[in-house]
Amino acid sequence: MTFINQLANPTRFMALSSGLLPWIAGLSGILFIVGFYGAFFSAPADYQQGETIRIMYIHVPAAWLAMFFYSLMTISAIGALVWRHPLAEVAQKAAAPIGASFALICLLTGALWGRPMWGTYWVWDARLTSMLVLLLIYLAIMALWRTIDEPTQAGRAVSILTLVGFINIPIIKFSVDWWNTLHQPASVFRMNGPTIHPSMLWPLLVCAVAFSLFAVALHLVAMRTEIMRRRIRTLTILAADRAEQPGATPGMMARGPAE
Amino acid sequence: MTALGPHAFFIIGSYLATFAVIAALTIWIIADNRARKRELARLDHRQHGADRP
Amino acid sequence: MSAFFALVKRDLALALRIGGGASFALVFFLMIVTLTPFAIGPDLNLLARIAPAILWIGAVLATLIGLDRLFQADAEDGTLDLIKASPLPLEGVVLAKCLAHWLTTGLPLALAAPLFGLLLAMEPAGMAAASASLLVGTPALTFIGAVGAALTAGIRRGGVLIAIMALPLMIPVLIFGVATCNAATGGTVPFATPFAILCALTLIFAVIGVIGAAAGLRQSD
Repeated sequence: MTFINQLANPTRFMALSSGLLPWIAGLSGILFIVGFYGAFFSAPADYQQGETIRIMYIHVPAAWLAMFFYSLMTISAIGALVWRHPLAEVAQKAAAPIGASFALICLLTGALWGRPMWGTYWVWDARLTSMLVLLLIYLAIMALWRTIDEPTQAGRAVSILTLVGFINIPIIKFSVDWWNTLHQPASVFRMNGPTIHPSMLWPLLVCAVAFSLFAVALHLVAMRTEIMRRRIRTLTILAADRAEQPGATPGMMARGPAE
Repeated sequence: MTALGPHAFFIIGSYLATFAVIAALTIWIIADNRARKRELARLDHRQHGADRP
Repeated sequence: MSAFFALVKRDLALALRIGGGASFALVFFLMIVTLTPFAIGPDLNLLARIAPAILWIGAVLATLIGLDRLFQADAEDGTLDLIKASPLPLEGVVLAKCLAHWLTTGLPLALAAPLFGLLLAMEPAGMAAASASLLVGTPALTFIGAVGAALTAGIRRGGVLIAIMALPLMIPVLIFGVATCNAATGGTVPFATPFAILCALTLIFAVIGVIGAAAGLRQSD
């Protein structure tokens, strides 16, 4: 708990994240090379899907990360609402565009995979449809972030929306599955069978870790940006206040008032 | 890459699409980071200037 | 309890006097039902097949009409602060306002659905099912919308934002609403299955919507 408390202090976070960032980004780069080598040269083509199975190595990690970042936003939302923690708000705001991007990647690669496999770019398949709805929820959250100017108020409003969305995701998943089986029985193509051969599994796992590390690096940079944005906001407001009252002592608030 | 078969377009296309989305996201995040860093430096500089008349 | 009904009565009176109340939503609903045949052609067989979808899309869009003013009007003129100070808990306030909204939006739509179903060549069983599904399902739409309305109460351009936030969450209600109508006129599923799930959805969203909207109103000050 003390570690989390220390980490949660924005100044500590800035110091720690700047030290960690190059390592995370570098490790992610190495794993990308290993993973893509495995995906293209070591893993065999699938006996059913042929070479298109190589799309799986980006499609599946993207789907996984789209869900991971929503979970991260939900945990941060609880942190922001219950403990009123500013860093939780920052983490939440920085996560939204990244999660939305991975949902988009999942949809794009799914469409490009679907064309040779299903004969059409888009099928109202239960998984693709659920991912589309997740992207819509991401977009709604980003829209709400943009609309409310005051960061703390925006953080709380978005936290409530994130939590309501989180409760809804299983309901939406259930509804879409039900709707899907009602409309196209049994013709649904199963994307990954019950078993996956180890020669395909290890490149998939390496790619997943590489994408995750890269996403975490992006998230850290975006969080640092957001902390700076808030500091700038505080400094600007203080400067405006001081300009209004020339008699105030400027030395008192000259340094580090952001925390 | 010669062995990608008849669906090479879709495989390469999906990798290119992924690269495009991630590149756009990365460039946007880093550009935003740089801009805020500059702005903060400018504000700090101005405040220190105000401290020493 | 008297505060609760006083609030419902006040909102109903306001809606009926100023906003045009029930008539606005109904006219909008009629417009959508009228426009669709112009878009897809006057083929009665096709219209009958997609009639539940048209009615439900119309209901979803018509629900959005009054939502942006659900809390915003009271937040602007300060009434909301007075209501917050009343002995009624905020959850009760939200429930009262949702009830008033539903009485002037969802209920008229459900009652008018058989009439509009005539325009779309629906069978009598289909009309009854459409009416029943709207009666049971539209409260859920109001409750979901209330969360969006509470979060944007202090924002001037909240209208489109509410639609963006609420519509993805309304998908389950839409799915089971249309499925209920279709089940009544044939199909593989017995009528009771989607209808029971629709009832369950309304109950779930009543809880989520009331708690979420009350939390949304609390954070705005």
